[in-house]
Amino acid sequence: MSAVTCQGLVKRFQQGDQTIYGLDHVDLSVAEGGFLCLSGPSGSGKTTLLNAIGGLDKPDQGSITIAGCCIDALSKGQLADMRLSNIGFVFQAYNLIPVLSARENVEFVMQVQGLSASERRQAADDILREVGLQGLEDRRPAQLSGGQQQRVAVARAIVSKPALVLADEPTANLDSHTAEQLMNLFVELNVKHKVTFIIATHDTRVMEYAKRLIRMVDGKIVEDEIR
Amino acid sequence: MMPVSPFKLSGVLWVLAWRNLWRNYRRTLIMLTAIAVGVWAMIFLTAMMRGMVDDMVRGSTSTLLGHVQLHHPQYRDDPNIVNSMPPPSTSLQQALNSESVVAWTTRVRVPAVISSERETTGITLVGIDPESERPLSFIAHKITEGRYLESPNDRGVILGKRLVDKLETRLGKRVVLMSQDPDNNVVDRGFRVVGIYRSDPSMIEEQFAFVGRTTAQGFLHMGEQISEVEVLGSDYRQAKSLAVPLRQTANNETVPIEVLSWTEIDRYLGSMLPMMDGFVLVWIIVVFTALSFGLVNTLAMAVFERVREIGLMQALGMKPQAIMLQVLFESIFLLVIGLVIGNLSAWLTILPLQSGIDISVVAQGLEMGGMSSMLYPSLQIEDMILATVVVLLLGMGASLLPAWRAARLDPIKALTKH
Repeated sequence: MSAVTCQGLVKRFQQGDQTIYGLDHVDLSVAEGGFLCLSGPSGSGKTTLLNAIGGLDKPDQGSITIAGCCIDALSKGQLADMRLSNIGFVFQAYNLIPVLSARENVEFVMQVQGLSASERRQAADDILREVGLQGLEDRRPAQLSGGQQQRVAVARAIVSKPALVLADEPTANLDSHTAEQLMNLFVELNVKHKVTFIIATHDTRVMEYAKRLIRMVDGKIVEDEIR
Repeated sequence: MMPVSPFKLSGVLWVLAWRNLWRNYRRTLIMLTAIAVGVWAMIFLTAMMRGMVDDMVRGSTSTLLGHVQLHHPQYRDDPNIVNSMPPPSTSLQQALNSESVVAWTTRVRVPAVISSERETTGITLVGIDPESERPLSFIAHKITEGRYLESPNDRGVILGKRLVDKLETRLGKRVVLMSQDPDNNVVDRGFRVVGIYRSDPSMIEEQFAFVGRTTAQGFLHMGEQISEVEVLGSDYRQAKSLAVPLRQTANNETVPIEVLSWTEIDRYLGSMLPMMDGFVLVWIIVVFTALSFGLVNTLAMAVFERVREIGLMQALGMKPQAIMLQVLFESIFLLVIGLVIGNLSAWLTILPLQSGIDISVVAQGLEMGGMSSMLYPSLQIEDMILATVVVLLLGMGASLLPAWRAARLDPIKALTKH
């Protein structure tokens, strides 16, 4: 079964008189447990595709199915539920909630999911230990380094064991050592927990980890390499 | 996995709201100060105005008005001696001696003319029972020279200081009182001035002359007849309910008796209470409406500064309703803290002023309105509750706009906002 299926996705942006295609009839199917990298120059449509798959942005045309559920006609609230149940996000800029501690940031998604306080605490501490942040649970984002913040963001994305993790340039603000640690963590989660990863990246080091590499140009998939 | 409703998320939303509030603590403190000062101003000035009205009403009710009066039905139109009534029957006395009545008395009150050796002027002659009159009106407590009347048979007269000056008489001198008996014959009699009273407001001093009730009845050939029964309850605001059982009893009397509360007797003064309530409500709404612009601005700024975070929360699966609640919770924190500080500071400011504020500098003018030269602020729990409810309702109403805008943010635009 496919984790993600996209059919004929079109997304247009208007720039003055000019119509730009963010996505130009994109067809894509990602198998469960896949580890896919989207590459391509800036403006090629990587982030637009991730946002469409994540239900953050609606395509002008085409259809998206996540874990067997078509999301095209879902309302804003239903899309929020779908993201909550199925998808973990890792953004380029760490995007943590600054007034919450590392543990509280990780617990946040589980809180929205309705888990009990003890379950949340246990799961958050486990995942923070797994990403190497044991002892830093009570620190706020401003008291963590960039790499540590990104690991908190990853912990938050995977703590509730989503079927799919969407990561947009997750290593862009990390030094090479931290980037390597993060990618090893992704691979481990992919292998251990069968989490499907779709990663948009410019970083060739990241692409080396991919089982499947898709190259996009001007909103079109121009290359689809399975390794 | 079923997502929980936004209301069940209130735990984390309260935490987020509270912590977000203190991210820009200067702005929060300024807004809190504005709300607290606004609430203080509402309650403090309301207490001052209530104090003025209380003073006017208490002054009037203690000036022979009382809380409820019983008369002959024609007496108010024509306070002539012919419109007098018999003293209260046994059943009426039972009603007058009920628990809700603090005190009552009977009076003779007729128009009369008073003459000294030098001057003559029109007054109202009041025949009182000195003992039962004591808790009802000012007269027993305002004697500044001479003495109070000793019994209903006392043959002396008590005059106001200004009347004494006007008549160019003094304590111990004789004056002549002239009026009509029930047969329309002119009757007159000499009285010795046994006491002089001062009153607040002082214009009362020229208006009333007090003699013993039995003496007045004899002089006016009235027999046992009286002009009125005055009744005092525990609270002037409850006068209407005090009048109800008295009216029911009076309706069963063999002679017609009219029972009226002070608000029905002095309609101008009676209209002050609802007018005051309306004014307080308008005043509170106006003050807080002005404040709510600041509140909206504060919340709008707070939302504007956190657009990315709001986008992030939406991306993570938080529903728009929960985002809206979070902003409303921030507003509730601001309002509740501001209300607590405002209410507390109003109470602390009014507390030391309970012994009265001397406004004698402007008292001459105030006397015209029936007010005394001391102002006693009246802090009423109802006004504090009203201010709190209005501030919460208006504040929440004003907060809906920024909260709604936060909930409507597009996650993609919000996440990419710099």
